[in-house]
Amino acid sequence: MPSAMEIYKLLPKKNCGECKFPTCLAFAMQLANQKVALDACPYVSPEAKATLEESGAPPIKLITFGSGESLSKLGDETQLFRHDKTFFHPTVLGLIVDDVNGIEAMKRGIESARELSFERVGQKVRVDSIAVRHSTGDPKDFLEAVKTASGIGLSVVLMTEDPKLMVEAVSLCTPGKPLLYRATPGNFDEMVSVAKGCAFPLVIGGAQSLDELSQLSERAKKAGLAELVIEPGSSPASRMLEEMTLIRRAAVKKKFRPLGFPTISVLGHSPSDESRAALGVMKYSSMVLIEQLPREFIYPLLALRQNIFTDPQVPIQVKPGLYSIGEPNERSPLLFTTNFSLTYFTVRADIEKSRLPVWLFVVDSDGQSVMTAFAAGKLTPESVAKAIETGKVSEKCTRNEIIIPGQVSRMSGKLSELTGMKVIVGPRESSGIPKMLKSLSG
Amino acid sequence: MPVELPKEKFQGRIREVAIGATKELGGTRSSRVVVGGSNGLPFHSFESDVPHQPVIAMDVIDTLRVVPESLVQSMGPAVKDPVEWAKMCEREWAADICVLKLQSANPEEENRSVSDCESLVREVLRAVSLPLIVYGCGFEEKDAKVMEAVSNVGKGERLFLGLAEEKAFKSIAAAAMSNGHGVVAFSNLDINLAKQMNILLLDFGVKPENILMDPLLAAVGMGLEYSYSVMERLRLGALSGDPVLQMPMICDCSCAWAVPEALEEDVSKGKPEMRGIYWETLTGYAAGVAGADILIMRQPEAASRLRKSFADLSGRV
Repeated sequence: MPSAMEIYKLLPKKNCGECKFPTCLAFAMQLANQKVALDACPYVSPEAKATLEESGAPPIKLITFGSGESLSKLGDETQLFRHDKTFFHPTVLGLIVDDVNGIEAMKRGIESARELSFERVGQKVRVDSIAVRHSTGDPKDFLEAVKTASGIGLSVVLMTEDPKLMVEAVSLCTPGKPLLYRATPGNFDEMVSVAKGCAFPLVIGGAQSLDELSQLSERAKKAGLAELVIEPGSSPASRMLEEMTLIRRAAVKKKFRPLGFPTISVLGHSPSDESRAALGVMKYSSMVLIEQLPREFIYPLLALRQNIFTDPQVPIQVKPGLYSIGEPNERSPLLFTTNFSLTYFTVRADIEKSRLPVWLFVVDSDGQSVMTAFAAGKLTPESVAKAIETGKVSEKCTRNEIIIPGQVSRMSGKLSELTGMKVIVGPRESSGIPKMLKSLSG
Repeated sequence: MPVELPKEKFQGRIREVAIGATKELGGTRSSRVVVGGSNGLPFHSFESDVPHQPVIAMDVIDTLRVVPESLVQSMGPAVKDPVEWAKMCEREWAADICVLKLQSANPEEENRSVSDCESLVREVLRAVSLPLIVYGCGFEEKDAKVMEAVSNVGKGERLFLGLAEEKAFKSIAAAAMSNGHGVVAFSNLDINLAKQMNILLLDFGVKPENILMDPLLAAVGMGLEYSYSVMERLRLGALSGDPVLQMPMICDCSCAWAVPEALEEDVSKGKPEMRGIYWETLTGYAAGVAGADILIMRQPEAASRLRKSFADLSGRV
């Protein structure tokens, strides 16, 4: 984003106030902070507008496809490293069904992609997209599969390098806004005109080098196409890492516009392809399409994606409340901890090691760990007592005894007074929980 | 517009560290494993020197108390005996390094004696010729005695001993120094502490080429994002020229087997045995991409997959 002074130079400097700000400089400062839109100025020249829009555009364009619950967002990233701020749009994962396998297998693939949806730490995580590909099979199967894939709640990628077949597929893909894959040096002008005709985003790829890829991107731009996704090499993984890294750097650090688009990696079905999918999640693929997604693989991959795209300033939280571990009854021990996911998982895993049934009560600490929340005053005897009351803990657990983290032993007196419960100070480290539980029960 | 390829050069370089000593170097190991040496980001061979790829170490634990039953099943009967387990690591599973974890020295559990630990290390050194890293049980007083004994029995072998922690590093460092071994410096997802550990060890007299850093790897789904970013920042700090951050990193991926989600019965997520293998592989892969130089793996299929994935990422396929 340009500075307020750079913007000011391009404004009409009339100080007319019609933008609701007293002066053009005041307006420029608001623009620089992205508090207002340039449209609020009725007198800005078209040239100034174009210049400002160009320089104010994000380094990597946001491209969306699909709609409603199937909306997929690609790009609009600003960082090389997640610790510098965050990564914004989780790598969109899609399963490829190919007409070489026939329509029945394609339909099974589409159905299985739809089923790959899970709830994990309070978020829905799933395979987002279905990619229907024409390779060497019957185009009729391809078109039939396009019809099946549209409207199942996943975004759709149409994969064919034949512009005529693409036009047919587009007409069948309703409702929704598919992603078109792809224009290559071999079909470039025809495929670009298909994309212009339907105004859906287009993947450009098949280039031998990043130089050639950026030339293709510029050609598409000259032809009036702005909604692009670019495809660098994805094999071997070393090339994928190199090209993805250089594209991200060129876009973010150099604002090199021809490469300022989301990226896609199209992968096969070998174990190497599985690890390349993980590489794409970590190293800058906006979208990964893959031929096979074993259930055993997709779930940890989705967990990895969730981890990498977690905002470092906003920890993942678990829902506060009473959790049962094993099959506890009303006389089973009760422990509490905070709702920082890492804390919860660690405590839960340590409780499970004891193999004893336990109630674990998770107190809302805005996602902070026990010590951090205690130091920040977010975990007090009052807040814990109130949570125990509103959480109706006593309905499930009548033992009238609570085990508290050793690090907050100082709250034991007050907590006991407020709740009327016997307070047992647990170990300082979660790893001591199994031993403590065993000694309590034995 | 011609494309400007923004390649990056860094001032700093990860230090080369060797684990294990061959006959020429006074030991009996069949190989000496060297890690580190790069002056760029992990696997960025297009713009930096990458003299050594990350290596796969495999762990051997002297008690199955801490190993899930299903994992024991998938690894086979050899794991019931640590010496046999170590042999499998070398002969069947092609590990680069063996990491022997003396968990049963734990005074609150098996409380295995110092001399028993010592003879186990002696037996393992005799049975396998891989470079060896030895971890204690995490109880300072016991580990002080165990590590002293291990250091003596492994004299000349250039072992690495762990884990040195902020409040418990002197005895382990002294044990390592007395026989020319190295030390694994542990820190808990904290860049400042990782640096502090290295400073403490250096001030104590440990040579920089005798230190490996363990910044604590959290598995996928268990806070991997913290480890990932800590490791990326440590690597960037090292490359920017901070000499006390230039030690290679070692990461224990076996933590994946403690993830409840990796092993729970849930048909919608496929078979737990296979899911666990993917969980460990992905945890190790993410650690490698973030900058780990040594990956400690447990399940052989996962170790094999990770090795192939690293070869793919190094362009060596």
